[in-house]
Amino acid sequence: MSMLARQLGRTVVQAAAVRRLHVSAAVAGQDSAYSANRTTCTLIPGDGVGPELVYSLQEVFKAANVPVDFESYFLSEINPVLSAKLEDVVSSIQKNKVCIKGILATPDYSNEGELQTLNMKLRTELDLYANVVHVRSLPGVKTRHDNIDTVIIREQTEGEYSALEHESVPGIVECLKIVTAKKSMRIAKFAFDYATKNNRKKVTAVHKANIMKLGDGLFLKSCEEVSKLYPRIEFDKMIVDNTTMQMVSNPNQFDVMVTPNLYGAIVDNLASGLVGGAGVVAGASYSAEAVVFEPGARHTFAQAVGKNLANPTAMLMCGTKMLRHINLPTYSEVIQNAINQVLKDGKVRTKDLGGQSTTADFTRAVIANLH
Amino acid sequence: MAIRLTQRLLQTQAPFLTRGYPLLVTKEKTEDVAHTKSALQKKLTGTDIPSAQYGGRHGVTMLPGGGIGPELMGYVREIFRYCGAPIDFEVIDIDPSTEGNEDLEYAITSIKRNGVALKGNIETKSQSLSEVSRNVAIRNELDLYVNVVHCKSYPGIPARHKDIDIVLIRQNTDGEYAMLEHESVRGVVESMKVVTVENAERVARYAFEYARQNNRKRVTTIHKANIMKLSDGLFLEVANRVHKDYPELEHNNMIIDNTCMQAVSNPHQFDVMNMTNLYGTIVSNVICGLIGGAGLISGRNYGDHYAIFEPGTRNTGTAIAGKNIANPVAMINASIDMLNHLGHNEHAKVIYDATYQTIVNDAIRTPDLGGNHSSTDVVENILKILSAKRVNWPHGNYFNQS
Repeated sequence: MSMLARQLGRTVVQAAAVRRLHVSAAVAGQDSAYSANRTTCTLIPGDGVGPELVYSLQEVFKAANVPVDFESYFLSEINPVLSAKLEDVVSSIQKNKVCIKGILATPDYSNEGELQTLNMKLRTELDLYANVVHVRSLPGVKTRHDNIDTVIIREQTEGEYSALEHESVPGIVECLKIVTAKKSMRIAKFAFDYATKNNRKKVTAVHKANIMKLGDGLFLKSCEEVSKLYPRIEFDKMIVDNTTMQMVSNPNQFDVMVTPNLYGAIVDNLASGLVGGAGVVAGASYSAEAVVFEPGARHTFAQAVGKNLANPTAMLMCGTKMLRHINLPTYSEVIQNAINQVLKDGKVRTKDLGGQSTTADFTRAVIANLH
Repeated sequence: MAIRLTQRLLQTQAPFLTRGYPLLVTKEKTEDVAHTKSALQKKLTGTDIPSAQYGGRHGVTMLPGGGIGPELMGYVREIFRYCGAPIDFEVIDIDPSTEGNEDLEYAITSIKRNGVALKGNIETKSQSLSEVSRNVAIRNELDLYVNVVHCKSYPGIPARHKDIDIVLIRQNTDGEYAMLEHESVRGVVESMKVVTVENAERVARYAFEYARQNNRKRVTTIHKANIMKLSDGLFLEVANRVHKDYPELEHNNMIIDNTCMQAVSNPHQFDVMNMTNLYGTIVSNVICGLIGGAGLISGRNYGDHYAIFEPGTRNTGTAIAGKNIANPVAMINASIDMLNHLGHNEHAKVIYDATYQTIVNDAIRTPDLGGNHSSTDVVENILKILSAKRVNWPHGNYFNQS
């Protein structure tokens, strides 16, 4: 009963937030009628504090006069009643080729016995195989380590996330981890191409081939093979347990990391924690055709819904990354500089960074710093 | 010339028969750029490298080359930035003065990774016999067996003939460019011209297929089979055989010397031309000269897996480098070809229209086209037109739907 009430309460809160979003998007749409030079971007607010963060992003975009219109879809696994159809969302992203997405909550159990989560379905449908999280120390954010600048590239369509689990005999569950040469080569090439494009020096493959000699062995072999095509980039490999230790003790040694699915999820979150947590790290998922920008550490922060507490930095940085991708670098710089300025000044800080300010305060501070 | 070559041969100390290109094979690590693999082997290598397209943006290798190459590439990048073309260039400079092939090998690897390259002409300054022409090495190694130059007149540009529209299709790897030369006896140098059925057929098929898909009427095969009865004879025979699969197209053949005469006196009789390597380079230079010189026309090199786009006549233009008078249009046209190849047709069209308007309607032309404007004048005018009609994200098929 209490669960039902909570669920209902959350639905109401989110519905309200979403309605506000729709209104704001419609208003932005009217402005755009006067100018043909506008870009449309799919927007998935997501669960938890997602809608609040996305609202903050829209406010900043509006204030900076960014020529981008949003096409909002409320997609959710825990609110199936309100959720838009996956096909609609997918076709919208295929059309716009860019999307900004909050985090979708994934329950630990499934009512229908379905093993694939909505997130996974979206990724497989769009073939968003490469997740890129750029973990970088921010000005004015006090952390244990300084000058962290690491890019973690994660394969996210196979491996442990293949959703192939079965109970062969009662009491014995087998979960299949799939590794294919094709997808391993593809992600390795993505990592090396990313390194080439961004003048990075080293790519580190994270694996556990000493235990999973065949599965992770294939991943590692594929990475090695691809590395031969890049004689000017150093290639290194590291076992995942050692990687996590090195990451917390000496994170500056890492440049670009390429990882299979599960290790990537772990390292992403660990690295995000090093620079200030889930609220300040942006990520992106690439397919050949489309990009989905989403916060780097996937945390819905559901306990803060409606409390105006969450840090919108990650979502705003998703926005700046998106603008760079669609050839609007000037707007991107203006907003990024404003964010950096606010963080550096340190007067307006959300709770996760040790301050007392609200999401709205932070958004207003960023808007005030747009020049 | 022959005396100089012989003198150079005398200076080297290697056994005579391994002179020239085969020397390279003996050097360590250079087997990759050598002519040692059969066409079939080349076809199989590199097939499994995934393409460099991420989130709708393409990675492309840029080889500025020597002479005017770097300036022209600068203009192309400026234009791409202006109209927001979703291309990320990986620029690789090959120092012409260095011996050795490390940069070249790196460039070839980079093209294998990206699949597509935009290229200026690369100088090979080294006089050492073991150094092959780098342009030829790139084409051989990537098996870019066909070169396509579409010579189309621009109205209003001073030229000997008007309304020319000829597609020149040239075998790009075989023939006289096999680089197999040796001095069998002192004072006698033999150069081998290699014609293979496989490559002759691939280029003939490309020519006929091109003609069919682009509603062309006739394919003319250029040869010298009256003298070289076996080699050019084979090329001609293969073309005749392939023609049987394309009965709706007309096919005739013409001897190269006559072709050159016809090209300057009555070029309108040609439609699509199918040529061996050396004849191709001669005829394409003749026809480019007829319609406005080296600065206008772009060329495309295709293999089964890779494509390279470059100015059509492959001149380095060292003499006019840095003087701000080089015609940027050929390189811009090459970049338009590249955008079309990658499927960014909207960007290609916008840039093409702007370029066309600049040199035809606005008559802003560099001295080689009879104008008195500088390269930057031309580019600035193109940018001015582009700024009025920017292409927005997203691109490709969905662009026109909204």
